[in-house]
Amino acid sequence: MERLLEVEDLHVSFKTYGGEVQAVRGVNFHVNKGEVLAIVGESGSGKSVTAKTIMGLLPKKVSRISSGVVTFEEDDLLTYSKKEMQKVKGSKISLISQDPMTSLNPTMKIGHQIDESLKLHTDLSKMERKSRVLELLTLVGIPNVEERYSQYPHELSGGMRQRVLIAVALACEPQLIIADEPTTALDVTIQAQILDLLKDLQQRLDTSILIITHDLGVVAEVAQRVAVMYAGVVVESGSVEEIFANPNHPYTWGLLGSIPKQRQDGARERLIPIEGTPPDLFSPPKGCPFAARCEYAMDICVEKMPDSTYLTTDHASKCWLNDSRAKKPKEVAMAGRSR
Amino acid sequence: MSDSLVDVQQVKKHFPIGGNQTLKAVDDISFSIQKGETLGLVGESGSGKSTLGRTIVGLEGATSGSITYKGKDVSTLGRKEARETNRTMQMIFQDPQASLNPRMKVMDIIAEGIDAHGLWKGKKRKERVFQLLERVGLQADHAKRYPHEFSGGQRQRIGIARALAVEPEFIVADEPISALDVSIQAQIVNLMEDLRQDSDLTYLFIAHDLGMVQHISDRIGVMYLGGMMELADSDQLFQETLHPYTQALLSANPVPDPAVTNSRERILLEGDPPSPVNPPSGCRFRTRCPHAMDICSEVVPEWKEQQAGHWVACHLYNE
Ligand SMILES: Nc1ncnc2c1ncn2[C@@H]1O[C@H](COP(=O)(O)OP(=O)(O)OP(=O)(O)O)[C@@H](O)[C@H]1O
Ligand SMILES: Nc1ncnc2c1ncn2[C@@H]1O[C@H](COP(=O)(O)OP(=O)(O)OP(=O)(O)O)[C@@H](O)[C@H]1O
Ligand SMILES: [Mg+2]
Ligand SMILES: [Mg+2]
Repeated sequence: MERLLEVEDLHVSFKTYGGEVQAVRGVNFHVNKGEVLAIVGESGSGKSVTAKTIMGLLPKKVSRISSGVVTFEEDDLLTYSKKEMQKVKGSKISLISQDPMTSLNPTMKIGHQIDESLKLHTDLSKMERKSRVLELLTLVGIPNVEERYSQYPHELSGGMRQRVLIAVALACEPQLIIADEPTTALDVTIQAQILDLLKDLQQRLDTSILIITHDLGVVAEVAQRVAVMYAGVVVESGSVEEIFANPNHPYTWGLLGSIPKQRQDGARERLIPIEGTPPDLFSPPKGCPFAARCEYAMDICVEKMPDSTYLTTDHASKCWLNDSRAKKPKEVAMAGRSR
Repeated sequence: MSDSLVDVQQVKKHFPIGGNQTLKAVDDISFSIQKGETLGLVGESGSGKSTLGRTIVGLEGATSGSITYKGKDVSTLGRKEARETNRTMQMIFQDPQASLNPRMKVMDIIAEGIDAHGLWKGKKRKERVFQLLERVGLQADHAKRYPHEFSGGQRQRIGIARALAVEPEFIVADEPISALDVSIQAQIVNLMEDLRQDSDLTYLFIAHDLGMVQHISDRIGVMYLGGMMELADSDQLFQETLHPYTQALLSANPVPDPAVTNSRERILLEGDPPSPVNPPSGCRFRTRCPHAMDICSEVVPEWKEQQAGHWVACHLYNE
């Protein structure tokens, strides 16, 4: 399969008043052509920072990329100038960012905001652009498009704003869409419509999608592969079927275990969060970052970060339990899975 | 009802949108919220959930109708009473990014209400903020940082800590957990439940994650195009769904299991949601309803208690 995007050994940190935050600490993943990869993981684990790095959107003054390569069409995007990146943005790769309100221009009618992108990257006439904008707004499920075309962002509901951003991202039919929590503000019917739309693009135009989400329902619905992030590293990755049916990393078990179960008897079950808090990224632990919260942690886990173990050719996990010297990994794993 | 904390009667919120037209974001809604309960609010994007929440806590003035809080009409409160009501009613906003002042440190953001109401000062104030940060799963030294230095989910939790800071009695939580990963969602939901038990808090919980809404809510209300369609006990709503809109909404719920996603059936709604500027005559859902009858375009269905505690506005259930 052809790789469209590959991120290797990415390290990103921020200078802050309190010290240096090591937000991304050696991230590796790839997205194949025509594939949907979902990144899931703890809040604050570096998902959005990874997305912003790919798009060249980090705040220049306070951020530092200390190592890493981001290969797209055989070029390293990290070496691109601002101008080169501008050309790629919107036409080849587009980002649906996590904060709709800050990514939309509050003083500009939403129709014009989508029009901007078409103006920049296509040679459509004014008339053609207008009808394309209306078509895009309809595609993302915004009703009464003629009326909405000339409204300002603050006049829209949270979910409509999110969909306007999606329309901007789709405008020029890019090869890669990076969607950072694209459906968080959407109700389930619209969410289903947006997910269908993304799946349709993928099938019709062979678009690749990198979707960041915490909603495992969304993952099950659209993705072929999943990468699970924790404290700045990808701790497990594999096909959707593998990750749901055969999760290997204790953090992944915790994630799957935190979903509310469908109640049959009406009893209110208490949810099971993962106990504890993620590590301080000012001085991240030298061992496995999840060790402090892991029920199965051994001495080695605190000392040394484990390498990837390949459970199948495409299913990798960074956990010492997979080491042949670890005690009874099978029993431990079974206990985790039955949670 | 004697033990209702909030009573909403025939509330409308219409926005003027130019050309002598108004957008009917909330259109004649009546219901009450009992003390100590969690009332979930669901419905299509743009159906008016945030606007209803904002109107109840007084961030928007209602166009008409009345909102009664603890037995008093909020529009007639004196200054002192209004201030106290402001403290006891808090809102967690849907867009955390836009609701946090970018120039303020997290310490001062969370303590904004504490300062405004002169609740604590100095060391006490600081300790309170640290304690709140911890309860929402953040760390004390986050207090020194600015909002843009946080991830989406971290910012959302700053908003939650801010709302909790002034020891409110009633919280409108507008999508409070939608930007959080499932484990932190669980932590926040458990925190909300603990607070409800310890301090008798009451919640209006706006969300689109039906599994979570069902988990946390005692009762659930369903909105469509500015109107309330159905309101019932949360299990009853799922098991004995009355309104055709609710039926469609529940059928679209994604399930976190790839095996299930491929097999279940969705009721797809035909057509677009109509414009809230000119909502359909009669029942506002009729243009997309699979069961629409002649009467539906002629008469507005009455909002009535079909079974004990189960409210619905639909002609299917009228004699
Ligand atoms: N501009 C910044 N300055 C300082 N720290 C930052 C900045 N941007 C992000 N961070 C920190 O980097 C870490 C990773 O943030 P990121 O936004 O990537 O998280 P995320 O995985 O997207 O989380 P969420 O699911 O909550 O959106 C967090 O600890 C955050 O506080
Ligand atoms: N300030 C405003 N001016 C004009 N129209 C507005 C304003 N605020 C909201 N609206 C309109 O009111 C309607 C209801 O919006 P609201 O934000 O309450 O929806 P919602 O149910 O919270 O949706 P979502 O799930 O997408 O957040 C929408 O049609 C919206 O465009
Ligand atoms: Mg993020
Ligand atoms: Mg809203």
